[in-house]
Amino acid sequence: MRGSWRRPVAFAAATALVVAGCVTAAVQNKGPEVQTVKVVAKRFDFTPEEIKLKKGVPVDLELTTEDRVHGFYAPKLNLRAEIMPGKTAHLRFTPDTAGTFLFQCDIFCGEGHENMDGKIVVVE
Amino acid sequence: MTKGIDRRQFARLAGLGGVAFASGLFAHTKAGRVWAAGAGAAGDFYFVQMSDTHWGFSGDKVNPEAKNTLRKAVAEVNALAPAPDFIIFTGDLTHTTDDGNERRRRMTEFKSIIADLKVKTIRFMPGEHDASLDAGAAFKELFGETHYTFDHKGVHFIALDNVSDPGASLGAAQLDWLKADLAKLDKKQPIVVFAHRPLFDLAADWDWATKDGKLAIDMLMPFEHVTVFYGHIHQEHHDMTGHIAHHAAMSLIFPQPAPHSVEKKAPVAWDPAHPFRGLGWRSVEADGKKASVTFAEHALKA
Repeated sequence: MRGSWRRPVAFAAATALVVAGCVTAAVQNKGPEVQTVKVVAKRFDFTPEEIKLKKGVPVDLELTTEDRVHGFYAPKLNLRAEIMPGKTAHLRFTPDTAGTFLFQCDIFCGEGHENMDGKIVVVE
Repeated sequence: MTKGIDRRQFARLAGLGGVAFASGLFAHTKAGRVWAAGAGAAGDFYFVQMSDTHWGFSGDKVNPEAKNTLRKAVAEVNALAPAPDFIIFTGDLTHTTDDGNERRRRMTEFKSIIADLKVKTIRFMPGEHDASLDAGAAFKELFGETHYTFDHKGVHFIALDNVSDPGASLGAAQLDWLKADLAKLDKKQPIVVFAHRPLFDLAADWDWATKDGKLAIDMLMPFEHVTVFYGHIHQEHHDMTGHIAHHAAMSLIFPQPAPHSVEKKAPVAWDPAHPFRGLGWRSVEADGKKASVTFAEHALKA
């Protein structure tokens, strides 16, 4: 799924979406058709821990880490990336099914590793 | 043949605290479990599986008796008569720590506690808490190799390491090693596999899987009599991939919820009304000639 679409050159103004009752991703429009979400990993959580996406709209997850190597793994969306310190990893895909999909760090990183997870919510 | 135990004796062992399955395990079906007393196979030998002791863990909300739980299990296993042929610990002997010296201290303390086991043939495997932060270095110093094989009374045992890689893979080198080992075996050879994590995708989004576990299962599939015993998920669980049975053992520190039974995975809280509930160990009776196994789940006594 990743890298299946070309990256637009120009960025539109960033738009932060806030959903009441949960921590929600900051979603930027890179163009009219791309949802860009910045996700920051650090022991032992992801920020945001809930990523809300619109079905059918291409996504670029921009993944960075504040401390050590982590993994971003959403098996039911067939998404996986290794997040290396000092680098930005990208997961580009277009969600085609509405629903809630769990993701987690899949590189064991210490005592709180089991709780380093979150969810992607894809809405119609 | 050492101390074989007959059906009646094994039923008594099962009665020590648990549920017993005479699963015809080497040709197991989900619906095929029966009580031990109704099973036909008198075993050639039996062993004990202990798992996920997490020595060094502290957290009163899930186990205020963390310092006593392993010792209780040791005492219960010591009460078995006849004694098992061997005991295997299927990983997470210790709770993880960033400090390598502390990790070695916990492993040393663990060893001193289980030194009280009367059975002296004890085999160890790492879990991710033991091995994932240092690629198994401390474990190897204190316990030896992280993957190995051995044979016992007609059964071929294979201990796989799916934790020294922090990304939860067996890796190409170990898979090649497994392939070479299996190449020497007859397809009718009874095989018992030990692993820490499940080899199949039980709940990959809960970290209850092995990335390349399917490759190992595919290698094992041509063999008629294969059973996998594992830990990691802190609960009894039984599943099948084709004709291969997979049995997870209870933990000896805290239970986890059933796969995907709650929105967010977290240890089950300690219930003062039912202390030690969900904790326990397993005895496995095997017969290499009959290619059969009976096993019993032993809940830790309050």
